[in-house]
Amino acid sequence: MARFSSFRDFDWVLLGFVSLLSLVSVLEIRSATAMTKFHGFDHKQLGFLAIGLVLMFLVSLVDYHWLVDVSRAAYGISIIALLAVLVIGTKHLGARRWIKFPGGVHFQPSEWVKLVLIVVLAQYFWGLVGRELSWRDIGKAFAIVCVPMALVLKQPDLGTSLTYFPVLIVGLFLGGIRFKQAAILIVGFLALGTVAWSSGKLLKPYQKARLTSFINPDDDPKGAGYQIRQSLIAVGSGGVWGKGTNQGTQTQGDFLPIPYTDFIFAALCEEHGFIGALGVLLLYFCILMRLIQNAQTAKDVPGTFIIMGIVAVIVFQIAVNIGMVLGLMPVTGIPLPLLSYGGSSVLFTFLSLGIVMNIRMRRFVN
Amino acid sequence: MSLAGPLPPRQLNNDEKLSPTKLAGVQYVIVLILAVLVAGLWRLQVLGSDNWKVLAEANRIKKVPVLAPRGKIFDREGRLLVDNYPSVTCYLLPEQLKDPNTDLPLIAQGLHITVAQIQAILKRYQGGAKYQPIPLKQDVTQDEEAFIEAHRNELPELETRDEQRRLYPRDGFAAHLIGYVGEVSEQMLNNDSRYVFYSPGDVVGQSGVEQTYDALLRGKDGSRDVFVNSHGKEVGVAGQEIAEPGKDLRLTIDLDIQRAAEKALDGKNGAIVAMDPHTGEILAMVSRPAFDPNQFAVRLTRNYWNQIINNPDHPLMNKAIQAQLAPGSTFKIIMSVAGLQEGVAETMRVQCSGGGTFYGQFHACDHSHGLVTIDKAIPWSCDTFYYTLADRLGIDTIARYATALGFASRTGVDLPEEAVGNMPSTAWKLKTQHERWYPSEAISVGIGQGAVTATPIQLARTVGGIASGGALRRPHVVFPEEIPADEQEAFREHFPGSGDVNFPLARDNWQIITDAMAQATTPGPFNTAFASHLEGIDFAGKTGTAQVMSHAALAKTGGGLKTRPNAWFVGLAPRRNPDIVVVVLWENGDWGSNSARLGAQVVNAFVTKQRRLANNLRVAEVPKPKSDTETPTASNPAPHTPAAE
Repeated sequence: MARFSSFRDFDWVLLGFVSLLSLVSVLEIRSATAMTKFHGFDHKQLGFLAIGLVLMFLVSLVDYHWLVDVSRAAYGISIIALLAVLVIGTKHLGARRWIKFPGGVHFQPSEWVKLVLIVVLAQYFWGLVGRELSWRDIGKAFAIVCVPMALVLKQPDLGTSLTYFPVLIVGLFLGGIRFKQAAILIVGFLALGTVAWSSGKLLKPYQKARLTSFINPDDDPKGAGYQIRQSLIAVGSGGVWGKGTNQGTQTQGDFLPIPYTDFIFAALCEEHGFIGALGVLLLYFCILMRLIQNAQTAKDVPGTFIIMGIVAVIVFQIAVNIGMVLGLMPVTGIPLPLLSYGGSSVLFTFLSLGIVMNIRMRRFVN
Repeated sequence: MSLAGPLPPRQLNNDEKLSPTKLAGVQYVIVLILAVLVAGLWRLQVLGSDNWKVLAEANRIKKVPVLAPRGKIFDREGRLLVDNYPSVTCYLLPEQLKDPNTDLPLIAQGLHITVAQIQAILKRYQGGAKYQPIPLKQDVTQDEEAFIEAHRNELPELETRDEQRRLYPRDGFAAHLIGYVGEVSEQMLNNDSRYVFYSPGDVVGQSGVEQTYDALLRGKDGSRDVFVNSHGKEVGVAGQEIAEPGKDLRLTIDLDIQRAAEKALDGKNGAIVAMDPHTGEILAMVSRPAFDPNQFAVRLTRNYWNQIINNPDHPLMNKAIQAQLAPGSTFKIIMSVAGLQEGVAETMRVQCSGGGTFYGQFHACDHSHGLVTIDKAIPWSCDTFYYTLADRLGIDTIARYATALGFASRTGVDLPEEAVGNMPSTAWKLKTQHERWYPSEAISVGIGQGAVTATPIQLARTVGGIASGGALRRPHVVFPEEIPADEQEAFREHFPGSGDVNFPLARDNWQIITDAMAQATTPGPFNTAFASHLEGIDFAGKTGTAQVMSHAALAKTGGGLKTRPNAWFVGLAPRRNPDIVVVVLWENGDWGSNSARLGAQVVNAFVTKQRRLANNLRVAEVPKPKSDTETPTASNPAPHTPAAE
């Protein structure tokens, strides 16, 4: 395989942007945890980043076509793993999300299923290229996504299960769904969503509360609304220039909930202001544009589909997480890729980037 | 799983590519999403920043009150009566209490109280504002404080505050005079102009001197602005306003006299007032039954409150200034003044055969005194004489003298809620009962019964004033010259009273009355207070036995403690220009002579003390007693040595 690829074709520019953002991440985690018992998480994040980088290079070496080939089997294993979580998973804070391995390693299958879904959908839509999508095709695509989604929702983990959905949407869009079909689907989902919401069976009450409290955080000043409110205060009081590293009163005073993971962007906004936030968004923009460019130059359809799937997940996470921080979206517990602290999140992102590099390195190879 | 459909050979699709426009579409969507996020940032960080900055500051800066220590209270010789002690109170912030089921048992364990007790406290404060801290426990120990500090994260709802608590004398000593402190009530805040600048939760004087001089005693609370984190833990100080301690207060009370008065009234119901008639300084003031003000200083238990409230003898009432009762025979002194000043009494000769018939009704006297003149009528307390005198004078003349001598108006003592008393007259009856006054009604007024009522402090001012030749002084418990002028002015406004009055009492009449009062305490047949004779002390007095119900009503009840007459006594030493006037009210004490014994104890304590500190005595003012029986014996070289008048 090595003869097909060369690290000269590695996307060093993309890696540059990613490294820059990772640096911002480590520094902000350092600031946000300096005064807490989570002190030292910046070092752990550095460790995750190092592992992520190694993983990225390793993955880039394996031809992604092999990944496509094994995707069906991987999908099967994923479903089994998700079922296993429901049965033997470790319960933490009321949710069963982890499988505990000897040696203290906690494995969260739902993160990895994301990647499997991306590849499996790429393979699926590859087979459909060149013809118009039938309702049957669309139905199958839904089935592929909805089975793991339902299993993750059952854990319950609303946030992660929602990240599966943009992969499907982008797949359908690129796969050639017609406007009429899309319109029917949207109307249908709206109707279904309304029914599900009012029936109260699909979502737990606390999930519903979280989904609605962002609209009027003062209704619930001590629950989910409290988090939104503290986040808004943090972001707003940051002003144009921010209060400076280690100077965010909301972040340092422990008013901002989990300022090193889900609300890290609020911490960044408070300490580095509008300018800092704008810089981070610009980095995201550059990374995403670079990814799409790689999708464009990919050698074949599955390559494009895989990268666009990854783009879909990242964009979705950015939109939902920052939207939540700014009070535009409900609290869903979705981390911000490349910025939030957390091994699973970092590893997923770098694994995805490894696949992107993989695809890029093979763009001229026949 | 349900993955189906034919998988086309890879090579066939090798050169197929997705349309670039679709990827461009995705790019546009991304740009749109980022634009929305930037707009959101702009709205919060650029447009609304000022507002959010204020909220961020409000989040982390907390105003912690620093309570000013209240001024201490001393007796006239600087002996400590009321002190403060530092105390820590644990509060519960209701809005922070998220899970009562798990937190309350933990709190209960840490503070050594039961869950039921906490729930009872919470229930009591249920209606209050969410942000208002609820006092869970006063006088928290160091262990308990350490527990609260250690559980800040688990129990963010707990908060401690350093406070200064009042330490009052034990066993209700001078409780009514000193009063007690408590949280200012909503009613006080809303309805009383004096509490305009107070806020809810402030501790204020609720009775006695604590209430009257609250403005001086309380000082000025300060505050500290502290930085806190989300758990309320203090992480720094932003600024502070120093608390201004309250001013100490010196009372006119003499601890030694007070002690004697307390002892005299121990186990009885009633009141004792001792006053220096020269100045109006109150030397002792006791009311019984008493209460324990320390129970009020720490938050009052429901149990103790019920006990106080349901006691039929009204322990919270300061009977020295609030008990308005028929003065009985002590009123005969006022009658004597009226009779002598009007020129009626001096020449009156009344034949007492155990009573007399007036307007067709028989009015009894305790004895058959025989021929009675004014100088005998007072020590013998002959009712027949005063029935006759009252009939001669008529009610309006009596009322004119009584009101001029301070009846039916407050003395203006600097204590809250002084009672007015009552003095009947034709106008009074017309006004209150819309009826004509019958001359027959004046008869019983002549012996201090009927509609006439007075408080012990009124009697002290009146009789003390008469014995001082008509110089009536406003009673007071704090030296006026020791408080700021503007405060003095304010007090005069809030405690209006008859104040200092000079009643034109003729010198002869003054001597007749004081001599007759002195005779009452000397051995002799009919002398009502001979049992309280103090050998070697120029001691004068007048007893009073005031019926609490009519003879007819008494016959129906068949007797019992509450039906017995109230026993009064007004004592003076020396008889003219006295240094002390003592008024004793012993409720249901049966006979005025019983009260006279109590009064004698107080006077004795006073004179003994004065003799011990011989240079303190106003020797020059002591008039020479007429009666030989009262000259001090040679073996007791008293400061009461007769001096030239």
